[in-house]
Order: sequence, then C-alpha cells, then structure tokens
Amino acid sequence: MVVIPERIDPASVVLSHDEIRRYSRHLILPEVGVEGQKRLKAASVLLIGTGGLGSPLALYLAAAGVGRIGLVDYDVVDESNLQRQVIHGTRDVGRSKLDSAAETIADLNPFVAIDRYNVPLSSANALDILSGYDVIVDGTDNFPTRYLVNDACVLLGKPNVYGSVFRFEGQVSVFYAREGPCYRCLFPAPPPPGLVPSCADGGVLGVLPGTIGTLQATEAIKLITGIGQPLIGRLLLYDALEMSFETIKLRKNPACPICGLNPTVTELIDYEAFCGVPAHDRSTFSSEGAPVRAITVDEVKARLDAGDNLLILDVREPQEWAISAIPGTLRIPKGEVLARLDELPTDHDIVVHCRTGIRSADVIRVLQERGYTRLYNMAGGINAWARRIDPTLPVY
Amino acid sequence: MAYIKIPTPLRQYTGNQAEVAIRGATVDEALRDLVARYPALAPHLYEGDDLRSFVNIFLGDEDIRFLQDLATPLSEDARLRIIPAIAGGMSF
Repeated sequence: MVVIPERIDPASVVLSHDEIRRYSRHLILPEVGVEGQKRLKAASVLLIGTGGLGSPLALYLAAAGVGRIGLVDYDVVDESNLQRQVIHGTRDVGRSKLDSAAETIADLNPFVAIDRYNVPLSSANALDILSGYDVIVDGTDNFPTRYLVNDACVLLGKPNVYGSVFRFEGQVSVFYAREGPCYRCLFPAPPPPGLVPSCADGGVLGVLPGTIGTLQATEAIKLITGIGQPLIGRLLLYDALEMSFETIKLRKNPACPICGLNPTVTELIDYEAFCGVPAHDRSTFSSEGAPVRAITVDEVKARLDAGDNLLILDVREPQEWAISAIPGTLRIPKGEVLARLDELPTDHDIVVHCRTGIRSADVIRVLQERGYTRLYNMAGGINAWARRIDPTLPVY
Repeated sequence: MAYIKIPTPLRQYTGNQAEVAIRGATVDEALRDLVARYPALAPHLYEGDDLRSFVNIFLGDEDIRFLQDLATPLSEDARLRIIPAIAGGMSF
C-alpha cells in the first residue's frame, strides 16, 4: 500500500462541524472515514495546468477536501477553451485562468487553500514549486513540460499522477519512481518533432479530458488516503469510441536515464532542446530549420485584386474547409501534398495557407526540398484572412 | 492472423483502421508485414532498419522488451498494440 504523505498524523488534524457536514458522504465510507478525510485535509496537491485535465481535477479535488491545492498556469481563458475546460465560464473569457479557477474553487469549497503560480513551469522554477506538495498532477499539453514534470518528480521523490488525451483516446498512470516506473521508463526519448501529431491531427472530444481528469483525481485521492491499488506500474488506456478501458503492465527500466541503476540525468535539463519543440506559446524556442518566406493576407488580397494569377493552396483537412475557406483555392490536405505534386506548377507563385500558418510552413519546407522556389506562407493563415479581409468568415 | 491495434495518431496511415490483421510468426515479422501493407507507417515506426526507440509494442498487456523483444513468437490470434506517446493539446 502506498500512502502519501507518509508523515501525516491524522490525529493532529481537526475537522470542524461544518466540515463534517460537508464531507459526510466520505466519512460514512469505511475506506475513507474520519481518518481518510483528515489525510485529505492535511494533504497538498499541485496541478500543472488548469485546462482540459486541470478543470475536473481542480473541481473534484477541491470538492473532496484536499487541504491545499497549487495551480500552475499562465494562460488566459479563451472562448475555444470552454468546450472542455469546465472550471471556467463564459464571463471568464479574457481573464487569467488562475483567477477564474481559484474563484470557482473558493465558491465550491472555502476550506481549500489555493496557491497560484502565474508562470510557465520551467527548469528554473520546477523544483522550487513542486517541492512544496505531496502529490503532483500532470495536466499539461506538451512533451517538454511532461518530461520536465517527470524528471522533477523523480529528483524530488514525488508521485506524478499522469494523464494525457488525444482526440478520443486517453492514458492515465501514476509514475512514482520510488515504487515503480517513471514516464521515461516507458518513453525514454520523445518522438522527433516531425512525427508529433500537428494541430491538423489535433482536436479533442470535449468530455474526454473530463473522463481522464476525473480518473487522475481518483488516483490522487487514493494515494493520499492509502486506499485501493494505485496505477503504479500500470498504464490505463481509454478509447471513448470503443468505450474500452484496458491496462497494460509497465516495468521499471534498469537502463532508465533518470530512475535507472546508473542515471545520466541528475538535474533538470533544457526540455525544449531535448524535445525539439517549444513548451508553450510564449517560448522563444525555435524548432524550425530554415524560415520560410511569408506574405501577409493584405498583400495576398492586393495581388488578387490587381488580377495577379496567384495559386492559393489550402493544406487544411476537409472538416476544416467546412468551417471557413477562401473561394477558388486549391485544396489538398497536408498529408496528401506529396502524392499530388502534379497539381502544383513550379513556374507559378503559390501562396500556401492553413489555419494559423504552422502546417503551411511545414508544407513549404517539404516542397522546397522538391525544387519548388516560388512559395509564400500566408502569415496567420485563414484566421488572419477572416480577421482582416473577410469578416463574414468565422475564426476557429 | 495476428491483430495489431493502431493508436489514433497513426490511423491516418492505415486508412483510419483502428485494428489491422497482419501475418508473422514473430513480432518482427508481423511489424514488417504491417509496414509492407501500409508503407506510410514505416517512417513512424522505423528509423532505417531499426524500430524507433520511442515506439512501444505490447503483446497483450506485456511490453515485448520484457518478453523476447522482436523475436517474441506470435500465436494465431495474438493481439499486438502500439502505445503512442501523446502529449495532448493543440496549442500551437
């Protein structure tokens, strides 16, 4: 049985009459009882991210009576978050996610103390921030931060309640190097940037992080109260379309670079360089090789208005064309471009666009390797076009 | 025929099939049959002739690295799966 925090003495914690009323459905569960509730009150949990996974995590851990919850996020609430980030509301759009989440938690359970960290988690601050908590919960959305959280947890001897989501699929585990494998035992190194699903393949069923986040909350509560079998050494795989839950066995890798027999990683490293991608949209890390030539939406419009015979190539997916499109464009999804080169002239200026300009830049680099030289990346993608040129189109 | 479950991020290379029937007496043969059927998968699983280090193959609920790795024999109804590294989100 794994119980965290190990040194808590429930006898030193007092539950008020108000708290006893509030937590009565826990207190009458023999597995939790007064002692388990006192352990929850004495415990501290750090939530990294207050987005799709962090929303249900914060709500359920606060409702359950975890005494102190730390929140790490630097972002502001965007309308497109509300499809899944249920701790925030329509009135919170534009506000700091931390302020919005803290306000919701305070209303849900005023007995919870909230610590706010309005910063991107980094190698410079992670050990300081994580060291003050019993359980760390990883609700982030990128590989650099996942490796950072894992390594900091291993170095500090903390359990890392891991969850991740992609489209209709989710994973949950408890990586606790003292008792079992860590994230790097399963994934010693990240996929190279070119093999990471791009935003074209992104998107997520809104309720999916709800399912995975509540599973993470369940594991955090089990660790704190010491009940049941934690997901240490197991990875839970959830498929919402099949509605299947399967667990596979994970083992500690003796050659793991951080928790193995001869660790080569003994301090936090540069995780953006390690993964080759930026950790967040305020990062100055640049993963790309050669910059591509850009053209603004205003220039594209001016050239079209002047009768210039520009070819505009839209490399988004068909479901995105149904949201917005520029009339008269050639539409070839990014993944099909190489198979349809015969449709792309080399002796003609081609403006390539996607949603925001990332995928189109990738396509341009690939086409340049095939000898194309007259390529322009439409800066800001069709969303910039919708904002500046054709406001009848929605921004997504 | 053995079966291999394809994770969501790789289904775009298998014609959106979630599970694919493959032939092979060992894990190695089965994976090579898989990429022969779906060549676009190859760069995601292999680097040159070697399986990429971040590609995790499980037979049932066991990591093949803790069985006989690529030489692990497969029964007729073996169930393989590829465990993807997913980070979540679409911030960029």
